[in-house]
Amino acid sequence: MIDRRKFIATGASGLLLGGCDRLNNSAGFRGLLRSAEKLTMASQRLIAPRDALAREYGEADLSPIFRSNGTRMPGTPEYARHAAEQFANWRLVVDGLVARPLSIPLQTLRSLPHRVQITRHDCVEGWSAIGKWHGVQLWRLLQLAGLSSRAKYIVFHCADRFGEKPYYESIDLIDAFHPQTLIAWGLNGHLLPIPNGAPLRLRVERQLGYKQAKYIERIEAVDSLGPIHGGKGGYWEDNVDYEWYAGI
Amino acid sequence: MDDAPVIEERAEDEAPQPPPRRIAYRHQLSTRVWHWINALTVFVMLMSGLMIFNAHPHLYWGQFGANFDHPWLSFRGRPIPGWATIPSTYNLAAARRWHLAFAWLLSVPLILFVVTSVLNRHVQRDLEPTADELKPSHIWHDIMQHARLRFPTGDAALRYNILQKLSYVGVIFVLLPLMVLTGLAMSPAMDAAWPWLLDLFGGRQSARSIHFICAALLLAFILVHLLMVLLAGPINEIGSMITGRFRIAPERPEP
Repeated sequence: MIDRRKFIATGASGLLLGGCDRLNNSAGFRGLLRSAEKLTMASQRLIAPRDALAREYGEADLSPIFRSNGTRMPGTPEYARHAAEQFANWRLVVDGLVARPLSIPLQTLRSLPHRVQITRHDCVEGWSAIGKWHGVQLWRLLQLAGLSSRAKYIVFHCADRFGEKPYYESIDLIDAFHPQTLIAWGLNGHLLPIPNGAPLRLRVERQLGYKQAKYIERIEAVDSLGPIHGGKGGYWEDNVDYEWYAGI
Repeated sequence: MDDAPVIEERAEDEAPQPPPRRIAYRHQLSTRVWHWINALTVFVMLMSGLMIFNAHPHLYWGQFGANFDHPWLSFRGRPIPGWATIPSTYNLAAARRWHLAFAWLLSVPLILFVVTSVLNRHVQRDLEPTADELKPSHIWHDIMQHARLRFPTGDAALRYNILQKLSYVGVIFVLLPLMVLTGLAMSPAMDAAWPWLLDLFGGRQSARSIHFICAALLLAFILVHLLMVLLAGPINEIGSMITGRFRIAPERPEP
């Protein structure tokens, strides 16, 4: 009797779970789940004013240690050379759908007007850390480069590799022109440390951590994400099906 | 009631006839539809939520909290076993897809049900405790009756008793809204749109902790609820939540 009951219980839970796993493997059902991302994005964009600011904190709220995640040291020889030179020869390229493609030396970028903001970094895994960021507002760079009216997305190409694949991320123009969206070069009053993305990383404060691309070497304006790498707008989006819209 | 002589006559060779069945319309359509949406959704939310918890099984109070900070609850490795998670093997991305899609199925019907139930006076008529019911002596009496597994019979079974009222009101008006609001407070975009969410819960990591505690309370409610359905007669109870019609057990004389 016990065995039969156990058998039935295991069978029932197996059916339920097996059912969920089978649904999870079905492309149609995953498409249905995925449509919720568009619903969530549209709803959040509807209720949030375009320039609604992420909470800015005070010095007293800073995390004692701002942890790093993902790549902590890009392994390429080029990056190692830049790191050895303290990034003296690092340049940020801004190209794609722009009138005046730029290649800005790091020193010049750091001398541009910058914003300082103490904000919360929320990882997709659930943890949060509060840090003080120093950086150039992205809209200034896009304005300098003369963004084309055909551009719909801004893509961030990074120096780090996951396996063989380059890390990259992308955001739309609403986030690109948001006043808190920075190309950051400093954290907590110091130049950006390597584990946190030296010499340049993105801050897009209304989205999760995996959108905050590190080790940025090139910013590209595009009208479609389709042709870039896996076509879904980011390394994690392409490879493990994270949401492109990471506002939640 | 059947005529007495007939009962007498039958008593010779068989057991006396039970009193005729009385059927009452107990659950409105809005209640039944919402119940079954939730029966599915809550399990998906709990199980996909537990998979998300596996990604960082540490809880903190305050605005921030990560590996170097002090958690109030912490587990090693991935503490939630596969039989309790969706999907059953570690996959944060898929669990988020499930969780954030079914979140709509939890929150929108919740709002519709609350609005409908206030408008059609279900809340005021059936769920709101009366002053008499809230007296400690009455609540204690109901607790003792439940502990002895003596459930209301006759017309009393048609009304929610005070323990039911308190738990249903607690789930509908406290736990579920807290689940939704603490969930929203974990969204960086929502925190920009509605900064009061952070103030309400004392920070994103506090909201995450409250989210987890409320999920545990919700699970406790579900377990007690299922136990009560089993003890009170699962066929009648489940049937009435499908058809709305409830068979009333004959009055049991008070001892």
